[in-house]
Amino acid sequence: MNGAEYLVKFFQDKGVDVIFGYPGGSVIFLYDVLGKSTLKHVLTRHEQGAVHAADGYARVTGKPGVCFATSGPGATNLVTGLANAYLDSVPLIAITGQVALNCIGRDSFQEADIIGITMPIIKHSYMVKEIEQLPAIMEEAWNVAVSGRPGPVVVDIPKDMFMGTVDISVPHKRIVTRKGPQKNGLEEQLPKIIEALSRAERPLIFAGGGIISGQAGEELRKFVDYTHIPMVTSLMGKGAIPETREDVLGMVGMHGKPAANLALSACDVMLALGVRFSDRVTGDPKKFLPDTAIIHVDIDAAELSKNVIAEIPVVCDAGKFLNKILEKMKEKKTKFHVQGWLEQIKEWQRKYPLSYEKGACLKPQQVIEEVARQAGDKAVVVTDVGQHQMFAAQYYPIGGVRNFLTSGGLGTMGFGLPAAIGAAFGRPGENVLLFTGDGGIQMNIQELATAVKNRLPVKIFLLNNVCLGMVRQWQELFFAGNYAHTLLEGNPDFMKLADAYGMKALKITDPKEVAAMVSQALSEPGPVFVECVIDQGENVFPIVPPGGKPSEMLGRWPGEAHISRIS
Amino acid sequence: MKHTLAVLVENQPGVLSHVAGLFARRGYNIESLAVGETEDSSISRITLVVEGDEKVIEQVSKQLNKQVEVIKVNDITNDEIVVRQLLLLKVAADLAARQEIMQIVEIFRCRIVDIGKRSLIVEATGDEEKIQAIIKSLRPFGIQELVRTGNVAMVRGVK
Ligand SMILES: Cc1ncc(C[n+]2csc(CCOP(=O)(O)OP(=O)(O)O)c2C)c(N)n1
Repeated sequence: MNGAEYLVKFFQDKGVDVIFGYPGGSVIFLYDVLGKSTLKHVLTRHEQGAVHAADGYARVTGKPGVCFATSGPGATNLVTGLANAYLDSVPLIAITGQVALNCIGRDSFQEADIIGITMPIIKHSYMVKEIEQLPAIMEEAWNVAVSGRPGPVVVDIPKDMFMGTVDISVPHKRIVTRKGPQKNGLEEQLPKIIEALSRAERPLIFAGGGIISGQAGEELRKFVDYTHIPMVTSLMGKGAIPETREDVLGMVGMHGKPAANLALSACDVMLALGVRFSDRVTGDPKKFLPDTAIIHVDIDAAELSKNVIAEIPVVCDAGKFLNKILEKMKEKKTKFHVQGWLEQIKEWQRKYPLSYEKGACLKPQQVIEEVARQAGDKAVVVTDVGQHQMFAAQYYPIGGVRNFLTSGGLGTMGFGLPAAIGAAFGRPGENVLLFTGDGGIQMNIQELATAVKNRLPVKIFLLNNVCLGMVRQWQELFFAGNYAHTLLEGNPDFMKLADAYGMKALKITDPKEVAAMVSQALSEPGPVFVECVIDQGENVFPIVPPGGKPSEMLGRWPGEAHISRIS
Repeated sequence: MKHTLAVLVENQPGVLSHVAGLFARRGYNIESLAVGETEDSSISRITLVVEGDEKVIEQVSKQLNKQVEVIKVNDITNDEIVVRQLLLLKVAADLAARQEIMQIVEIFRCRIVDIGKRSLIVEATGDEEKIQAIIKSLRPFGIQELVRTGNVAMVRGVK
């Protein structure tokens, strides 16, 4: 069996049902074999599309996404997508072709040192220099991608390796890790944690993406049910348990929900699960919650006390931790005293609701609310990056596991459309709802072809404000309204564009049309492009100005005419 | 404070760039780095001297531990350790100065490994302090060339 056949068999044995990729010289032999096999391959229109699609697939399924690219420009086109997956801990395997072994290091045609380029932005990488190593490397690459804190792995394969012979009759040498086991400190810490939480007057759970990638949603739900401790999430933790529940206060951070941010600022004991305290949440980490005792549980030891100091650090898988602590608490019949605290939170929710002004102009929030109302909390929701992303995070309550896909860590414009395509492959038969901006969609607009070709039920809601809204908002608030290079004059006619790609196109301009148009888009089979012409001046509130504390939110509060800070 | 870390890694290409790259991009300061095979040729040992407080060193160790090829990270700063670096130094030495240089070499128990017409090469091993002292003592004669390694370190055996 040759190297290419081995790869195809490897992925089939692993249960991979689709690969996203783009061919070229150094992988032509691999594609020759792939084309004759039963392994499904989706041709995107750009390698960045392929890697984001693999990422979207991985996010909705929990299985590694796989993408192929050729050497040189093909490989370098993956870079943004790899960094994106790395920062959001998404398991990916990227196979890049490389020039033949004897051409390496000679600046050969389409040679790029992709291992060197990607070193700081991926979990790990391998170059296959001897065909005998291929099986062991693939096995280890897979394990590295999925184990511990997941992440992207690159396997760079010189073109002659695809033609080399792999002998599968002999068992291949396994690479065994010689790392020792990690101390997690769980047993010693558990009593302290239970003590701290049960004594707390204002305890709070802060859940992140680790709950989702660690499949610990069910355990977390049981924990919340037992303790009645209220919960907030990071952007990545959205949907960790259904946001429709009363005790889930929603997202915290720069554009977090007011009551969630206030609870975050006021809690005396925080149980942080699978979060990394990004600066979008903490502002200045030195000033972040100086009086709160933080219990930080993460599978990645390097996250503990990296950004904020944890009083009680635990290196542990979130699900395992929650099982253990719940068992102990039930055994001890631990009680929690949160009634007063819950009332305080309710009061904040009444006083500082999320709200926007409805008027003659179409508002992005209205579109999102209406889609949420019709499609429900169990739909798969994908966003691009910008204002619409924050509106979606604020106004679309997520009820299902792995149902909210967004580029959290890297904030990659152009992620949305290809990620939605990947998600549609991962969840066949389900509608995938994409909220995107006129800036972001144009960064990977070529993937409209991929959606059409594969008749994917991706419903694209383009919230078109004819500008780079999020940057425009900052210019308005912090740069005296100097709108330097944020107005997207020269946008195409999106209706004609969608039509040219053969995609059903709808346009909403009037707030009164929203319900009917959304209904049509959702019931139409296949991809639909819905352009929503929205108010250019709409801003995302609340906003914690950069460097501020989470409680220092600007917003327009009920009964007030102007934007003000909560005092 | 300076910390000495002994890092065992898989002896594979790319490991050193992983470790060095990690320091660069996370903004840690490497004072010195020495690497070589261990008694098991499939394992290398990197001795790192890093500047930073406890918090920084804890982060450094955790980040190192995260690397796939890193097997074990030991902070041996507070252990009983033997620390050595190697110095080669070419010093100007005309006939008049030679005697005095030989005396210094004698006192520090280093060696002369090359005798040229107008220069000598001095080889010395020792800890940072000793190496500094040797350099200082030989400086007045005129140092023509100097090369030294980073620290290597080993924890002493149980007494
Ligand atoms: C690749 C990339 N380039 C630049 C940015 C900086 N950026 C963040 S949001 C934003 C504006 C996005 O505009 P649009 O896609 O129209 O969405 P809107 O904010 O208007 O909803 C920009 C330029 C980014 N996040 N990613």
